Amino acid sequence: MSDKDSKETTDRKPSTMDEITGVGTSWGRAMLVPVLALFTALVCGALIIAVSDLDLLSLWKSDPGLAASGTWSKISGAYAAMFRGAFGDLQGWSETLTLAAPLILAGLSVAVGFKAGLFNIGAEGQMVIGGLTAVIIGFSFDLPAIIHVPLSILGGFVGGFIWGAIPGLLRAKTGAHEVITTIMLNFVALNLLTYLLKSSAIQQPGRDDARSKLIQESARLPRLLSFMDDPRLRVHLGILIALVAAGVVYWMLFKTTLGFEIRAVGANPDASRYAGMNVLWLYVAAMGIAGGLAGLAGVNPTLGLQYRATPGFSAAIGFDAIALALLGRSHPLGVVFAGILFGALRSGGQEMQAATGISIDLVLVVGALIVIFIAAPALIRSIYRVKTDDVSVSITKGIA
Amino acid sequence: MELELRGITKRFPGVIANEDVNLTVRSGEILGLLGENGAGKSTLMNIMYGLYSATEGDILVDGEVRAFHGPSDAIAAGIGMVHQHFMLVPVMSVAENVVLGVEPLKKKRTPWMFLGLVAATLGLLLTMVFNLFGVEEGIEGGMVVLLAAFAGLAWILHKDALDIAESRSEVEEISAKYGLAVDPDALIEDLPVGLQQRVEIIKVLFREAEIIIFDEPTAVLTPQEVEEFFGIMRSLQADGKGVIFITHKLNEINEVCDRITVLRRGKVVGETTPAESTEQGLAEMMVGRPVDLQVHKADAKPGDVVLEVQHLTVDDDRGHPAVSDVSFSVRAGEIVGVAGIQGNGQTELVEAITGLRPGISGVTILNGEDISQGSPRHVHDAGVAHIPEDRQRMGLVLPFTVTENVVLNTYHLEPFSNGTVMDWSASKAAAERLIEQYDVRTPSAEAPASTLSGGNQQKVIVAREFSRTAPLVVASQPTRGIDVGSIEYIHERIVEQRDNGAAILIVSTELDEIMALSDRILVMYEGRIVAETTPDDTTTTDLGLYMAGATA
Repeated sequence: MSDKDSKETTDRKPSTMDEITGVGTSWGRAMLVPVLALFTALVCGALIIAVSDLDLLSLWKSDPGLAASGTWSKISGAYAAMFRGAFGDLQGWSETLTLAAPLILAGLSVAVGFKAGLFNIGAEGQMVIGGLTAVIIGFSFDLPAIIHVPLSILGGFVGGFIWGAIPGLLRAKTGAHEVITTIMLNFVALNLLTYLLKSSAIQQPGRDDARSKLIQESARLPRLLSFMDDPRLRVHLGILIALVAAGVVYWMLFKTTLGFEIRAVGANPDASRYAGMNVLWLYVAAMGIAGGLAGLAGVNPTLGLQYRATPGFSAAIGFDAIALALLGRSHPLGVVFAGILFGALRSGGQEMQAATGISIDLVLVVGALIVIFIAAPALIRSIYRVKTDDVSVSITKGIA
Repeated sequence: MELELRGITKRFPGVIANEDVNLTVRSGEILGLLGENGAGKSTLMNIMYGLYSATEGDILVDGEVRAFHGPSDAIAAGIGMVHQHFMLVPVMSVAENVVLGVEPLKKKRTPWMFLGLVAATLGLLLTMVFNLFGVEEGIEGGMVVLLAAFAGLAWILHKDALDIAESRSEVEEISAKYGLAVDPDALIEDLPVGLQQRVEIIKVLFREAEIIIFDEPTAVLTPQEVEEFFGIMRSLQADGKGVIFITHKLNEINEVCDRITVLRRGKVVGETTPAESTEQGLAEMMVGRPVDLQVHKADAKPGDVVLEVQHLTVDDDRGHPAVSDVSFSVRAGEIVGVAGIQGNGQTELVEAITGLRPGISGVTILNGEDISQGSPRHVHDAGVAHIPEDRQRMGLVLPFTVTENVVLNTYHLEPFSNGTVMDWSASKAAAERLIEQYDVRTPSAEAPASTLSGGNQQKVIVAREFSRTAPLVVASQPTRGIDVGSIEYIHERIVEQRDNGAAILIVSTELDEIMALSDRILVMYEGRIVAETTPDDTTTTDLGLYMAGATA
């Protein structure tokens, strides 16, 4: 089994994959492509806005000046509305952070996987299992909030940890690739959720549709701005969980021996084995931690917003998380920024749709474009004529 | 033809890779370009081949200034390059590889290609027009299918038009002319490295190069293949081709070159001819200080047995026996060298001793303790230092900093961590001490190992492994692919470890290294130890015979 591992990675030159996931690149260089990708995606979004308005398009023939100014005001209006919606007032901030919290946690999950050289496509399923576990604890017990909230959160982490550790174990024991197993476990988790939501132990009594019982009030994540007495200010404990988790993941990755081992295995499994690390066990540990983080992401919509589990409460956040981890260069701080950015795009998109009539789907397009530009760093480099890493490597070889 | 580099300077941000380099090569001569790894040879050749553009200076072909914007310009000017790492398609035949990109084509291919292109363009235009006038999607889909069919047909006909017979006869013609015997129909993947190199040379000649650059061509060849390669270079020379031969091996450059140019730190530091230079003089010019090509060591004073290997049998990755019933011992204060051609079980032997590969049968005993079943961590902590044969695959985590690499296998111990939390300041202090002590050339302890030259990467590994007192040192290919200065340095350190009482097992395919370092020599052939001797009792010729399977 260990021989298999050593064969998988014989080439340790910086690969395109390393470049895309941001593993092992320097700070400035790691920041460059995501920032340029974001900028390029927004420019593309602007182009889409410009060409998708037929009235404006026909105006170009008769009065180009008016068409240009009209297009410009439309684009700037859309982006201004988006920015206003995301950061313009307290409610904007509240909504941005509310949406950002599960994105950050799921993004951290994928990022930890990347650092260990693993592709965790299964954040979605881990979220589902984590969220469901938290909900079950949430309605099953009657405890003081000071115990019930942490216990439910912990339940979410453990549920996700176990669901994540399964593909880790399969990889370590049988060599089954985690991409396949995590994708399949997503299906298992999502359908298991629908099935369980209809079982008598979980389903809300008196209902036919798939929805769980309400959790106890003592298990609800407290709203941070409840003192302002405005039900629209939904921001809850989840964002603090996400920020603390990012801090802990940073500390774990860069300050502990476990993090050193995870990063070493991710960068070079052969050298890690040579150095006496237990590579197979580390796959299990890293996938477990990744799953636990995704489980915490699942806690957000369930304990923080809906106060129950419903089919699709995970809302594909576990898939957005892959994009987010790429944008954040698999670094906890980068993931936090990327998560807030994605949260802002979503909350701002709502305002944009309301104010300008441009569909919120544009936001999804921009999000997808960001990922494409990051996944194709050569494209960004050629657009902005950024030199490749290879040159800087050969330079430093020149002096040594 | 005459190729001249005049005042070439190449600056990368913050670094000068080449400074005011002047170089000339003419038809019918072999110019040797000598320099350590990182001296700027490759940068210079990449400028000459159009891969980089020079910051300052000119490239002149027959006295005329030329600008190369890419390799195609250089090829058009008659310059060819044989890279150190071959650029061949393994599943294609020799002839196919040679003509790749400049394929001779059968006549009558053009109308089909033209037709295909016209069809594609028409289809696209029509689709757009239909789209504009809002014709139903059915027509659009039909157009796309039709278009794809035309493009596919054109492509197939174009592909068939490759004139393979013509390609083969051209390959055979070049082979015969320069003594580059190779079967044009053989698949690249079936050819040994030496023959693959011939294919690369034929490729360059097929593109009608007049000046041919060889980048470290002998690094991958066996001694016999090197001799044949020299023959090829001479026949190229006889045919009036100009040759630039890049190397850092001193004996080779004196044997085959007409003129020698020495580069150091990006500058030309000397120009000479084999007649007026010695290996010693060239080495000094290359390194910039007097160099000792000999290893000086006192007689060994062997002590107690440290490593005892008994009847060890090990399988390779595919489950075939790689090491069969091998027994030997290494004493404190002696260096035992294992000689052998690559692939005769040395790799598996070392991996079994260091716990990286389970043995099938037999035992390894370290200072009385059976370590046969130990994990790599157990063997390491029991006192085995290991310099692995592939430093980039196993010895280092290249994206990690020098500091992180220095603590790579001791990070779980005091003072670098308490077992859970790393102490990076202690780690960095240790790394800085070792950088100083082992003269590792790196911008800082925080620089990624990938930015260091090969020699300095190896020094990081040697520093790490020698920085703790290990009773046994296992060193595989400790100086492979590194420069003269670093080789000298690493050899001194190995002898120093011996004199401090360590038992040392060296595995090397370089006979000179085995002869220079070892107190005792074991020769491995097909997984067995076929001879045991000492440097005083044998010659490299005899060792070569044992390595080829002759029995003692």
